[in-house]
Amino acid sequence: MTTASRRASLRPGKKSIATEPGAAQRASRRRTVRRKRRTNSVTMGIVGWFLGIVFFFPVLWMVITSFKTEAQAYTNSPTIVFRPTLSEYSAVFHSGVWPYVANSAFATVVSTLIVLALATPCAFALSLRPVRKTRDVLFFFISTKMLPVVAAIIPIYIAARDLHMLDNVFTLIVLYTAMNLPIAVWMMRSFFLEVPGELLEAAEMDGAPLRRTVTEVILPVVAPGLAATALICCIFAWNEFFLAVNITATKAATMPVFLVGFISSEGLYFAQLAAAATVATLPVVLAGWIAQRQLVRGLSFGAIK
Amino acid sequence: MAEVKYENATCIYPGADRPAVDSLALAVKDGEFVVMVGPSGCGKTTALRMLAGLEEIDDGSIRIDGQDMVGVPSRDRDIAMVFQNYALYPSKTVAENMGFALKMHGVPKDERARRVREAAKLLDLEQFLDRKPRHLSGGQRQRVAMGRAIVREPKVFCMDEPLSNLDAQLRVQTRTQIAELQRRLKVTTVYVTHDQVEAMTMGDRVAVMRLGKLQQFASPTELYDHPANVFVAGFIGSPAMNRLEGTLTPDGIHTGGVTIRPPDALLRAAQGHGKLVVGIRPEHLSVGGSDLALKVELVEDLGSDSYIYGHLSGDRDAKIIVRAGREHPQPGELIKVGVDTAHLHLFDAASGERVGE
Repeated sequence: MTTASRRASLRPGKKSIATEPGAAQRASRRRTVRRKRRTNSVTMGIVGWFLGIVFFFPVLWMVITSFKTEAQAYTNSPTIVFRPTLSEYSAVFHSGVWPYVANSAFATVVSTLIVLALATPCAFALSLRPVRKTRDVLFFFISTKMLPVVAAIIPIYIAARDLHMLDNVFTLIVLYTAMNLPIAVWMMRSFFLEVPGELLEAAEMDGAPLRRTVTEVILPVVAPGLAATALICCIFAWNEFFLAVNITATKAATMPVFLVGFISSEGLYFAQLAAAATVATLPVVLAGWIAQRQLVRGLSFGAIK
Repeated sequence: MAEVKYENATCIYPGADRPAVDSLALAVKDGEFVVMVGPSGCGKTTALRMLAGLEEIDDGSIRIDGQDMVGVPSRDRDIAMVFQNYALYPSKTVAENMGFALKMHGVPKDERARRVREAAKLLDLEQFLDRKPRHLSGGQRQRVAMGRAIVREPKVFCMDEPLSNLDAQLRVQTRTQIAELQRRLKVTTVYVTHDQVEAMTMGDRVAVMRLGKLQQFASPTELYDHPANVFVAGFIGSPAMNRLEGTLTPDGIHTGGVTIRPPDALLRAAQGHGKLVVGIRPEHLSVGGSDLALKVELVEDLGSDSYIYGHLSGDRDAKIIVRAGREHPQPGELIKVGVDTAHLHLFDAASGERVGE
């Protein structure tokens, strides 16, 4: 059903009122408006699909390539019809990917948990209990993201070296926490700002101390926001490459570092790289899919009015 | 069960050029239902929030049962509040919403369940106890908000325009329910509204406020019959009281091209005031008299009776409303109306204060 016809069927009897003089004219105008709206939505649809394909195509190409053999992956022009094989995947899994996955997962999960634990009270204070310098504090947080990591890598490297923390997954955790904290604070703050002030006041009137107000009243309301923030932190930490490649070697190296290993001096292993990259992408896609329901749920629906 | 006393309580918002609530002095008796009413920005909600502890008391004090509340946090005041948009906890069920305060005060689980059930029964919410607020209608949410307040059995109820989010019909119905509930529970209640009909129908006494200042604090009848100033006269009553400028003459009061003679006592009281505002309620004017000449602009037929909107024939700005029966003149007609001088109100034109008792 098109949007227009659906709209019409939602409002039965709309047509039957057209009896008085001038009504026909009005109806025709309404039809024109509706037609214009339909053309608009068709145009938007085409643009949407086009952009979607442009963005999705490389991902699709990666997934397709991962099911080819190395020889097929190299042909030019590319093989369109081929018998899919899992051989490259098995090669990836037999090339010692698991320690990298473990490092990535550990660094991602732990840093995200720390970020949430720190960002939640911070954002709460900055949104619901603002003080005179709140804006400055917020600006400070975001300003830490303005310095390119490249500019900071030498001090970071030296500090890690002198602390004997190079090639250590806990160093990554500290760095990823620092990296994601400002974003998390800003995100959580915007979610906290959506919490109606009356909810806090109601809890106050009901005699709830601050801690219970936060855990029993506020957090359930901002749960979707918390999920969104956690997802963003996970994605950023999981995909982080620059820091990992510079301060890890063998023990603490993560998935992105592992992927680079396929670009070797003997040449590129296209199919295997594609398979490994697909494996590396899966957790993020999965996390996004799981969090989706939380993300789209209305933030405080039912709280007011 | 408590008396509430505002003692010159003042609240000043930072950066405001006048206090939001200016030296409010008001004593609410134990078990009384007091309504604070006024146009928006009059300070009624601020006054209520000061009592609830959600707004600072910058000067003066508020006492509950003689105890000074300055500096006492909300949670220690034993006050329950019903918010305009209810502020129900969206993640909790109706029962959890209603029992939350009891839980916070360490009331045992069975006791809590019993009291929630009692309140739910009172408010006809029993079948909704396991639902979340988002699955309730506006009226049901409003009742849950009420329930959350009454399960606590607090010293004072604070209600901040609790009916303003309901549709007209439900509002009227809920209005009587709340008033009746309060009479039954006998809990001291301060109720804020901008709707003078709500104020008149619900309150034992009504506090009319304007620009942060208390205008009059009296029973609904008293407010209607003896408004303390021009503002109260115009605010209470629907349609509003007619107000005409007039001057004192030896024979009476000259207004609208005629001289009206008020009762002697009132005329004596008016001596020395010079410029006056004459107040006459629409029901104290009658079509077919011989006092004022009126050009009819519009007639509102309400079925049982009608209101005639017009202006004095010589003065387009002197608007007059007359209550008439089912038989009424048509727009454009010129009519004569009589004034029931026994129900005349006089106000000093300069100060706005009532003249006479």
